[in-house]
Amino acid sequence: MTDEVLHKFTRTVPHWRPRVKPVDLKEATEAQLAALQVTPSNTKVSDYVLVLAHDVESLAVRSPLFNAIMYDEGGLSRAERELGALGASIVNRCIYCAAVHAARHAQLESSTDVTDALFAKGAEADLSPRDRAIFDFARKLSASPPKADASDMTALRDAGLDETEILDLILSTALFGWANRLMHVLGDPVRRSDAA
Amino acid sequence: MSDIWRTTSLVEGGVTEGGAGSAAATLRASVLEKTDAAERAVFAPQDCGAWPADMRAALAARIARLNGQEQVAKRYEARQQGQDYASLADPASDGGERGLAEVLAFMDKVARSPKDIASDDIAALKAAGTTDADIVRLCELNAFLAYQLRLVAGLKLMTGPPE
Repeated sequence: MTDEVLHKFTRTVPHWRPRVKPVDLKEATEAQLAALQVTPSNTKVSDYVLVLAHDVESLAVRSPLFNAIMYDEGGLSRAERELGALGASIVNRCIYCAAVHAARHAQLESSTDVTDALFAKGAEADLSPRDRAIFDFARKLSASPPKADASDMTALRDAGLDETEILDLILSTALFGWANRLMHVLGDPVRRSDAA
Repeated sequence: MSDIWRTTSLVEGGVTEGGAGSAAATLRASVLEKTDAAERAVFAPQDCGAWPADMRAALAARIARLNGQEQVAKRYEARQQGQDYASLADPASDGGERGLAEVLAFMDKVARSPKDIASDDIAALKAAGTTDADIVRLCELNAFLAYQLRLVAGLKLMTGPPE
């Protein structure tokens, strides 16, 4: 029974297999337990979060920041923030992040059309003008060094994004430059052969 | 509450109170305050592990330079209290003289080409004696910088001259 490491984008969220040992809850410090939000009624913590608990100060500040960028009221729609996250995850080839955020996008839009097109054709996908401007900006900002330029900013404005929507897109895209460098670097996306 | 107008992200992104982008930044003040808290957590955590604050500042400057952001590099670099790690801020330095060759090779690859990272890269760090906790600390520093440098790059486009 071996796990197959995935290298291609998929819609089915894979299992994440850590490359370093997750923190053992039985040996966790008070600060780690607090950041993990472990309580007697909540003892289920993912391996990913247990790996991040090795740097508890970063973990404690990252989760509220993540939630604020992806879910705070107003500004860019939640689906369009997911498109920013997806642009980054495709550039950085984070198979796990791409699967999770394609699923969220599809759920929010009640359609897999956009994410099907992105997985099939990447940068050449056939998108609406607004999605095109958002995805291109996210893809270019995610390059290292970033490649987005004034013409990409103009394209966002021409597509109708206002200042707050643009800031939200910058934030959600940049945030996944962060998330991808944890998820894709610290573990492998795998399909378990026992399919349990 | 921190003064968002003095945070690294807004200052380097060219967003000033009352200027371009300031209404959006005000609406997202909570995000910018949390960003500032995250910056403190990776630059100067209470538990630095094997990576002291001066080394973190030098590595951050190095990664800013790899991303073509010299002005941000200078800001990060200025946080060093001493000169022990200053040479690492130059991307041409391979860290070999300080026994940090594996660490720098890893940090450069995560910064520049995260898509190419594989389990061998983590194995190389472990073989060089890096603990699991210190590997996670390196990743968090690198990952935060990817975020902040892209936030700054995006804000500069937002506040800069149109094409």
